[in-house]
Amino acid sequence: MEIQRITTPGGIEAWLVEEHSLPIVFVEMYWRAGSSSEASSLEGLAYMLSGMLDEGAGDLDSEAFQKRIADLNIGFAFNASKDFFSVHVRTLEENLDETMELLRLALTQPHFDEEALERVRAQILASLKQNLQDPETIAARTWFSTAFAGHPYARSTRGTPETVQAIQADDLRDWMSRALARDNITVTAVGDVTPERLSRLLEKTLSGLPENANVAIPEATSFQAPGRVEVIDYPNPQSVIQFGHSGLHRDDPDFIAAYVMNHVLGGSVLISRLGEEVREKRGLAYSVYSYLQPLEQADLFSGYLATGNASAGKALDQVRLEIARMQKEGVSQEELDNAKTYLIGSYPLRFDSSEKIVSQLSYIQREGLGIDYVDKRNALIESITRDDILRVAQRLLDPEELLVVVVGEPELSSAP
Amino acid sequence: MLALMLEAVIPAQAEQVVKTFTLDNGMEVIAIPDHRAPVVTHMVWYRVGSAEEPAGKSGIAHFLEHLMFKGTEKVPGGDFAETVARNGGKSNAFTSYDYTAYFQRVARRHLPLMMEMEADRMKNLSLSSEDVTIERGVVLEERSTRVDSQPLSLLGEKMSVALYGEHPYGRPIIGWRDEIEDLDRADALEFYRRFYAPNNAALVVAGDVEPDELLELAKIHYGGIESDKQAVRDKRPEIAEIGEPVRVTYEDKRARQPIFQRIYLAQSYHTAGLERATSIDMLVEILGVGTTSRLYRSLVVEQKLAVSAGAWAVTDSLDRGRIGLYAIPNEGVTPETLEAAIDAVIAEFVEKGVEDEEMERVRRSYLADLIYGWDDQQQQAYVFGASWSSGILPRDVLRWPGVVRTVTGAQVASSAREYLRAENSVTGWLLPASKP
Repeated sequence: MEIQRITTPGGIEAWLVEEHSLPIVFVEMYWRAGSSSEASSLEGLAYMLSGMLDEGAGDLDSEAFQKRIADLNIGFAFNASKDFFSVHVRTLEENLDETMELLRLALTQPHFDEEALERVRAQILASLKQNLQDPETIAARTWFSTAFAGHPYARSTRGTPETVQAIQADDLRDWMSRALARDNITVTAVGDVTPERLSRLLEKTLSGLPENANVAIPEATSFQAPGRVEVIDYPNPQSVIQFGHSGLHRDDPDFIAAYVMNHVLGGSVLISRLGEEVREKRGLAYSVYSYLQPLEQADLFSGYLATGNASAGKALDQVRLEIARMQKEGVSQEELDNAKTYLIGSYPLRFDSSEKIVSQLSYIQREGLGIDYVDKRNALIESITRDDILRVAQRLLDPEELLVVVVGEPELSSAP
Repeated sequence: MLALMLEAVIPAQAEQVVKTFTLDNGMEVIAIPDHRAPVVTHMVWYRVGSAEEPAGKSGIAHFLEHLMFKGTEKVPGGDFAETVARNGGKSNAFTSYDYTAYFQRVARRHLPLMMEMEADRMKNLSLSSEDVTIERGVVLEERSTRVDSQPLSLLGEKMSVALYGEHPYGRPIIGWRDEIEDLDRADALEFYRRFYAPNNAALVVAGDVEPDELLELAKIHYGGIESDKQAVRDKRPEIAEIGEPVRVTYEDKRARQPIFQRIYLAQSYHTAGLERATSIDMLVEILGVGTTSRLYRSLVVEQKLAVSAGAWAVTDSLDRGRIGLYAIPNEGVTPETLEAAIDAVIAEFVEKGVEDEEMERVRRSYLADLIYGWDDQQQQAYVFGASWSSGILPRDVLRWPGVVRTVTGAQVASSAREYLRAENSVTGWLLPASKP
């Protein structure tokens, strides 16, 4: 797999992997501006924008635009996260030029008609209601609003009923014109396209965007709720538990060691200590795992568990015990060896389709890991020692620090 | 222009590369080469699903799927998942009404080891009572997450009972909670011995392997397992048409807004043939898939009665399939008003049929989806495996693009008249509980 770096005449850099065996092209664009760059009174704006960009642009009204996409079976997936606004494009090679033209219109001449805006608003309000009946969403929202109180990370990407009601077309236009620029974008493409054609199409698609982004990027922050347990009473047979504390930044020298450590601790339910203790030995949960979540302005170590209300305390105790054990002892040589062979051996599974390749490269590019990262990555994993793991476990983990949010009717005081 | 170019692509991709064989013991082998990455997806599909479960034992097919990771004499305890992982692979399994399937994704050089272990557990499962007891807890938690925490899933269970009655499609795949609680080691082993045999299974491998090479490996690893005549499942009872519109209302205090669901009894590729079932797929696409569909245009965009509305179909089942509708009313719209508007869209669709333009869009869209599908080896393995499990052989799967091109608007209209009949449907409403 050869990754080519191309630069358009206007200075946009893109990474490309040519794959001509199928007549498909995937393109991903990420802008470094997400929901954490919204005004707090307009929480949910970026998410609403992601629902509005395919609702009419240029000469095409909403219906005409949607029909054109359907006629050509183009996939445009716009999305907003805390830190990024993005679009994932899937199209047939023969429709690539028109696809990029439709994307250009969406990014530069969107309509934001009253009719479409109210329709999308109603859909978001309905999905917010659905979220209020979903224990997992309640747990995640509560975790972030507690962990980052006062910081934009406390807010939800989808917004609240009040703020979603307040967003107007001019707000979308204003934010978009400041957020979707040429100096905060990363572009990746994989598929049946030559560098020359891609360069020409990108130049045309993106030349109408403003040169410089002008949004408020929030200040760096850190996790602020150590040792708290929040119980949200909810009539459900299960307790859904979100736990976590501060983590490591993606460019921290110990990030890879932490990644290997977490794989042993809770990276996968069938082959991790948390899975072994909570699921395999005790049958307390179907799903239990932990993960590193490096955001742009804060870093997290997080985990999830769903268990019957009666066993919530018991399962949580096991999680705390395993985190404490990892912090104290690190991993055995056998665990480390197994983790390495898995993480190294399974890396190619992330590159067995063009669609997976585009998302891997897009991630590597926006994290600034370097165009040669794919070749270096396994050596980084291989170099990790037991001492590295112990050092990073001691630096990172602390069961006393966890913010635990429980949604359900849990019995938390377990017998000794 | 577009359709012509697509025509050139698909046969070149598929028919020349997908190969099938049958081992002497009756096991089917399906090879789907894709050499872009040095990776394979190895699957074994069994023609047994929740619809084969004995009365009172709902959930045993899925429970057994979990227990298949509990070990054999050669690969004891949790070693299966660990060995796959140690070799850089990912493993998982899934159960449906008509099939149970196991798969690993690994670098191509580890394919023989995966085959060796999968073949071993086809016959040599060894279970302790303790394993069974613990895993039952896991499955009950899975049911809690997937069903008991989801008001809409609970409504769906009630609607399936109403539509399918005594036919096993009326039971949830994961099982009724009170029946799962009683499942034991003997139940699991009995079900295992009855159905797990090579002549009731297909090996499906997609990825970086040549068909001839795969056949040789299949002979080595699976060819020695004895076939077992009684492993083949029995024909199931006919699904009786219900004959009158049935309504199910489910109130749940967790629900925050009313949600409409409807299912109609339809047909499948297996019960009605490729042409008929494809016309059902296409009618559903035109009626309710995406923002250009009839239901979305009428209810969401034009009349503003719903925030979402659409349709889906299951046509790949062994027995009769179904068509589903869903909608969420807009603020201030009563369930009665929305349902009347849905009925009006259906009535117009049944009466007037479909436009040529709609047919063209669906054809193009399906043919494009076929090409997109070839990007994903796991999806290819899934398509051929799931089809085989419900009696649709690879040559029929490969014939599908041709069928898509030839099914006419008149056939789609005929299916709409035949299957979108109120007396053949169950209408469900999820409602917020008026008082807790």
